[in-house]
Order: sequence, then C-alpha cells, then structure tokens
Amino acid sequence: MKRIVLKGAALAALLATGALAEEPKLIINGEIELPTRVPAPSHMDAIDEITSGWVYRTKETQALQMDDFDNPGMIFVDVGQELFETAEGDAGKACADCHESAEEFAGLKASMPRVNEEGELESMPDVINECRTERMQADAWKWSGPEMSAMTALISLQSRGMPVDVAIDGAAAPFWEQGKEIYYTRYGQLDLACSNCHENNYDMMIRADHLSQGQTNGFPNYRLKNAKINTVHGRFKGCMKNIRAQPFAEGGDEFKALELYVASRGNGLPVESPSVRN
Amino acid sequence: MYLKTMATLAVLASAGFASAESISPQQVSFTDGAVPQSLTGEPGNPAEGREVFANRKLGNCLACHANEDLAEQAFHGQIGPMLDGVGDRWSEAELRAIVVNAKEVFEGTIMPAFYNARTINRPLKGFEDKTILSAQQVEDLVAYLMLLKE
Ligand code: HEC
Ligand code: HEC
Ligand code: HEC
Repeated sequence: MKRIVLKGAALAALLATGALAEEPKLIINGEIELPTRVPAPSHMDAIDEITSGWVYRTKETQALQMDDFDNPGMIFVDVGQELFETAEGDAGKACADCHESAEEFAGLKASMPRVNEEGELESMPDVINECRTERMQADAWKWSGPEMSAMTALISLQSRGMPVDVAIDGAAAPFWEQGKEIYYTRYGQLDLACSNCHENNYDMMIRADHLSQGQTNGFPNYRLKNAKINTVHGRFKGCMKNIRAQPFAEGGDEFKALELYVASRGNGLPVESPSVRN
Repeated sequence: MYLKTMATLAVLASAGFASAESISPQQVSFTDGAVPQSLTGEPGNPAEGREVFANRKLGNCLACHANEDLAEQAFHGQIGPMLDGVGDRWSEAELRAIVVNAKEVFEGTIMPAFYNARTINRPLKGFEDKTILSAQQVEDLVAYLMLLKE
C-alpha cells in the first residue's frame, strides 16, 4: 500500500515537472543533471530559449555523453592530464610545477574568450600558449593540434555544470560587435550566414543533419565523425567550408570575435565539455 | 571597354563557366520573376536533372526540400517547402528563375543561387567566380521539376 502511494506521488511529481514528455534529460554519471534548455540572454531578440546541441543528437550519441566511462572525450582529458605533468621547454618546467592541479581553472571555460589587460581578446589556447612560450620557454602548441585540444578538454572539464557567462560589454563590446557582424554575414558560394542555419532553422533537418543552435558550451567536443577532440575554431572552419566559403584563420581575430559572440548566445547554458557529437 | 568585356566573357567561357552557345550568368535576364529564355537553347534532360537534384556535390536540393519522387534517398531536408507538385504551381520560366537565382523571386531567401553572376563573399579556394551549376545542369533540373505534377 505504502509503495503504491509513493508511486502515485512520484508520478504526480513527474507530471508536474513535465518529465513524462519525451524530452530526455542530460544527467552525467547518474548524478549531475545539466539543464539543456534555458531562457535566452537578453541581447538575443530572435530566440526565446537557448538549447544545448545535445538535444538534437540521437539517443546513442546522447548516451555516450551521459557516462564518463563511455565518453570518448575523456581519453583526451587523460592525455591532457599527462601533458599537464610533463616538463617541456628550456625552463624545464611542467604546468604542474606552477599550477597545483587543473582544478584551479574551474570557471575559466565559462568566461572565455575574454579581454586581457593589454586590451586583446584572448581565448583559452592563447593563455595556455603564453605559459608555454613565456614561462616554460617551450614552443607554442598549434591552435587545433592534438596537445592543445587535449589540454583545453582537461581545463574546460573543470567548469562542467557552470553556466556560460562571457562578458560582452565594456572592453569586450567592440569584439562582440565584430563577432555579431560575422555571424549575420552571408559567405561562400552558397551565400549563407551562420544565422540562416543556426538561428532561422534550428531543429530542422538539413538532409541527414538535425540542425542545432550551434552552441559552443560543449567545446571542445569529441566527434564520432573524426574520432578526436574538435576545437571551436575547427568547427567554425568546417561550417564555412560546407557553404564553400574560405574560412578565417584558426586562432585569428575574426574567429576569436565570432567565438565570443557565439559563446554569448549560450550565456546561461551549463558548460558540457567535453560533449559528444556526431 | 567593349573589348575588355568580350575578353572577360571569353575567359569565363573557356573556364567552363558556360559553353559557347549558353547564356552566361551575366546575360540572364529576369522579367517579373521569370527567365523565359532557355540557358542552352535546348530542352533539358529530366533524367540528368533528377541526378542533379539529389547529388550532394551538385544541386543537393534534398538538403532543404523533400521530394516524394526521390523516396529512395534516405534523407530529405525540412528547410524549404516540399517540392511535390512544383510543376503545377510554377511555369517553366518561373522554375528557371528560382533555380538561377531564387533571391529574385523570394526576397532574402536562404535558397542559394545556382547560376548567378554576383561576386561571392569569401569564396572557398577553387570556387572563385564559379556558379554552383552549369547552364546545362540548370536546364536539366528545370525539365525534371516540370515533371513533378500531382
Ligand atoms: C613557471 C610557472 C608556470 C608554468 C610552468 C605554467 N604556468 Fe600557467 N600561469 C602561470 C602564471 C603566473 C599565470 C598567471 C596567473 C594569474 O594571472 O593569476 C598562469 C596562468 C595560466 C592560466 C590562466 C588562468 C586564469 O584563470 O586566468 C592557464 C589556463 C594556465 N596558466 C595554464 C597553464 C598550462 C596548461 C600550463 C602548461 C602547459 C601552464 N599554465 C604552465 C604560471 C605558469
Ligand atoms: C548550411 C547550414 C550551416 C551554416 C550556414 C552554418 N552551420 Fe554550423 N552546423 C551546421 C550543421 C549541420 C551542424 C551539425 C549539427 C548541428 O549541431 O547543428 C553544425 C554545427 C555547428 C556547431 C556545433 C554545435 C554543437 O552543439 O556541437 C557550431 C558551434 C556551429 N555549427 C557554428 C556555426 C557558425 C559560427 C557558423 C557561421 C560561420 C555556422 N555554424 C554556419 C550547419 C551550418
Ligand atoms: C539552403 C536551403 C535550400 C536549398 C539547398 C534549396 N532550396 Fe529551394 N527553397 C528553399 C526555401 C527556404 C524556399 C522557400 C522560399 C522562401 O525562402 O520563402 C525554397 C523554394 C523553392 C521552390 C519554390 C517551391 C514552392 O513550392 O513554392 C522551388 C521550386 C525550389 N526551391 C527548388 C529548389 C531546387 C531545384 C533546389 C536545388 C537546385 C533547391 N531548391 C535548393 C531553400 C532551399
């Protein structure tokens, strides 16, 4: 009898939260629930609700992101951890010699890219490379190379669950405006803007692909397509090539500005890095 | 000036932009949202047009449109209207206009222009000054679309 009552109460609770609707929930390791739909930030007028790209993937792909043992991105996080402890460069130092653990970077991914003291817009690879070249006397890592991708995966994971919160005003404003301009500009032989697909047509099928809002809260992400960690700029490049447009340079000013603008369209969504996509 | 234009056209033609008898993208003229004149002067081949419609490297029309006649293809897009019956809804001249440059018919549309002379903003290397389809492919496609009747 008691059981039945409980069941009834649980059912009512489920109905109340709308959990019975077919919308799946993103719960990682059976513990951490990450909201996949939140109200859009006030600077966006065309969209009321922002959604994680996870929502648009198949059940199988979704499941991979829900368990850290299944998430292939975690293998690259481990690679990042090894790199973190490895001394490199003429100063003979490892990241770990100065930074106790990657955990001290919790919150960083949620606020990147940001404007530094010199007034430059910097993204996570810039900060990491600054430590490498200036503090370790080591070579800079390539923007989307395997080492940088693994290290950004490790550092971004520390912010998992924290809401994206990039600054768009003050010193960031001109960069944000530049990124917004790029977002709404049509490029390439197909003459399309990011907005044409990710703002005007998200949740539609574009042939075999289910279009998302093109959010970056899950980056860097693991893609089944190429079985590696993919960076934000790598993804921007792919989208531009698909419309037969000459991509901007990875790590360049245009993509960093675009990264800031796109990140700001996700302000409020929790960081999901490393997410899993097809 | 005249000579220069002629020279440019000759270069474009030799680059496979348009065959000798075809109308170049610059020469296409729109009247009331229609392009009455065939781009090649010949009737298109609908069987080829069907292939152009489905092929991802050519028209890739299925990226945005569903089309019952191509039910054997697994994935049909949802961005544009379903194209069953377009042969009833539009004339040949109108369909040609839509394929050549849909922006002349639907203002601000996201449908790409498949035979257009406009300068492309940041074309991918290798695609500078190229139209997506050739004059022949446009005519084949128009012939195919005319057969989509309900
Ligand atoms: C010689 C010491 C040293 C080494 C080695 C070093 N760093 Fe740093 N790192 C610093 C200092 C100092 C700062 C600046 C801290 C500050 O401004 O608060 C910093 C800042 C950072 C930041 C920005 C943190 C923030 O919140 O703004 C990141 C990320 C970072 N380091 C990652 C790395 C990584 C990854 C490595 C190894 C590839 C590394 N560092 C190696 C000393 C070092
Ligand atoms: C022709 C349509 C199209 C255009 C234009 C386009 N994309 Fe995409 N984009 C896609 C598709 C398809 C995917 C994969 C499915 C998805 O997540 O939408 C994708 C994925 C993405 C993702 C990954 C989302 C995730 O959750 O992992 C980002 C970020 C993105 N695009 C950003 C952009 C930006 C920025 C631009 C403009 C430079 C752009 N896209 C232009 C079609 C497009
Ligand atoms: C990127 C998406 C996209 C692609 C690719 C595309 N279209 Fe379209 N098409 C549209 C949209 C959207 C419309 C609706 C017009 C508007 O924008 O209001 C449309 C409208 C049309 C119409 C008018 C339909 C009607 O019933 O009124 C025809 C015909 C058409 N398209 C044919 C084609 C053909 C043929 C191709 C391939 C060569 C193609 N389209 C490729 C998006 C696309």
